[in-house]
Amino acid sequence: MSVSFCGLELAHPVINGSGTFDVPAARRAFGQALDHAFPFAAFVSKTITLSPRAGNPPPRLWEAPAGLINSIGLPNRGLEGYLEHDLPELSKLNVPLITNVMGSTAEEIAELAQACDERGEIAAVELNVSCPNVKTGLDIGSDPAQLERVVAAVRPALRKPLIVKLTPNCADVAACAQAAQDGGADAVSLINTLRAMALTPGARGRRPSPPAAPSGPVAGLRAWLGGGSGGLSGAAVRAVALAQVAAVAGRVAIPVVGMGGIQSADHARQLLDVGATLVAVGTESFRDPAAGERIARGLRDS
Amino acid sequence: MSASEVPVSAARDRAERVLAPFGRRLLTVTAVDELGAYRVLRAADPDGPMPAAGQFAMLAAAERWGGGEDERPYLSRAFSFARWLADRRSRRSPIGGEAHFLLEDVGPGTHRLCELRTGDGLWVLGPLGAGFTAPEHGRRALLVGGGVGIAPLAIWQDVLGAQTTVLLGFRDGPHAEGAALLSDARVATDDGSAGRRGLVTDLLGEELDRDSHATVYACGPPAMLEAVRALCAERAVPAQLALESGMACGFGACFGCVVPKRDGGYLRVCVDGPVVDATQLDRVEAHLGSPT
Repeated sequence: MSVSFCGLELAHPVINGSGTFDVPAARRAFGQALDHAFPFAAFVSKTITLSPRAGNPPPRLWEAPAGLINSIGLPNRGLEGYLEHDLPELSKLNVPLITNVMGSTAEEIAELAQACDERGEIAAVELNVSCPNVKTGLDIGSDPAQLERVVAAVRPALRKPLIVKLTPNCADVAACAQAAQDGGADAVSLINTLRAMALTPGARGRRPSPPAAPSGPVAGLRAWLGGGSGGLSGAAVRAVALAQVAAVAGRVAIPVVGMGGIQSADHARQLLDVGATLVAVGTESFRDPAAGERIARGLRDS
Repeated sequence: MSASEVPVSAARDRAERVLAPFGRRLLTVTAVDELGAYRVLRAADPDGPMPAAGQFAMLAAAERWGGGEDERPYLSRAFSFARWLADRRSRRSPIGGEAHFLLEDVGPGTHRLCELRTGDGLWVLGPLGAGFTAPEHGRRALLVGGGVGIAPLAIWQDVLGAQTTVLLGFRDGPHAEGAALLSDARVATDDGSAGRRGLVTDLLGEELDRDSHATVYACGPPAMLEAVRALCAERAVPAQLALESGMACGFGACFGCVVPKRDGGYLRVCVDGPVVDATQLDRVEAHLGSPT
């Protein structure tokens, strides 16, 4: 069952999606039982940015048909806080640590990557490219040419494996994967959440209304989420993930981490069958924190 | 570190937060009792630890969880423990008992849970979060609940003793039947069909007029909690509020259930609460309603 991924030897092919599992909080809820049965073969941190972020105003969640829309807004302590407070906690895990980072310019990302490169506790870096370019407003990861430039600019700052987390909100995800590979990425991971929104239930509903979103594509509408729009995950996106992972694995030579709506070993097996080297579990961990272990066991037994 | 060196805050935290086994457990429903407009869902939890009052669990039906209204429910639903009956054979042990949860059918998730019958399977993750802490020495406990939010006050009364003052508010008579979950509750209803016509905070104001040397424990709809918070702040009465919020996971993973803190930033209702000291909040926001 063990699997080699970018030079890391992992006990099994199941890891977590960035931002779907908080180790310090889980230790408060489950104590040492968490570390005794840690469900993932490697741990991916939530997204770290240079400066601290409080995250989006609530409401941050909406239950969609067979899925979840979230608009969390990447709350984190910032790079300095991560290295000082989070890293000591995360380095107690007995699995490799992958740190996910995001910046709005290549320089910012390179600074984050270099800081991660200097810390022995970090085994690899995952780059979240679902971030708007400050000049164009377009997500860095949605335009292949821009993505290749950014990855190529960041690559020299990092000797460790670089994973690019692709966005599904683009015209051609395989072209974006190719661009990441050409820029020097060691692996790609997908899918991130699909852009989605929810409206506040009408006056007949019992739910009180938050104020309308202050800006963005839904200004003036009664958007439920405090951030305006959000990202869809869960069973609702599983078929989309299968198509995108298959397209990417068919295009690039570097390893692929497949994710999107995995709830069982069978779902994980499908992504491995279309070419993924690893799979990541996200929203299913919300429903059962031990889901990763259950899925890994199911893969082992099948 | 010796016991005397344990910081007070850490000691308090340990006292009110029972750790959950890692991973959800499949329980068997032992009974579903009608209680006016509510149901009391009871499930045998032989491997579960006795929860602290105020802690909660994430629940999902083992079968047909999904495919209801709008292809929901999908996520588990958070419910306070309303009662815990320790197994007779293990009375000296904190492990094993019958867990009680108070339900109201208001959405696809609660609807499905209300359909459960004796013998059905129930997924449970918990106990989760931080519960109530005992009143400061000399203060009496004043329990204030509204609607389905009376649930954690029942298990807290089990701990504190039946002589505790209990004030409950409900929409109408059928909902007010839920007051039977606690002992000797005084009731207010919006329409006056049971108890006093008015708000539970009217009762609270009178009670504090009579004797304000109390600690208030409150759970209920946001507007009620905000009224309790404001009243207690005005009278300088300590208050612990059991909050509700839309929640995907219950153990700090999703960062979805946050509420703004008084000193800036957010707290996660699931791991920093659900019971919070009222002074941690500027106000109880109106949009805490969960995807039910």
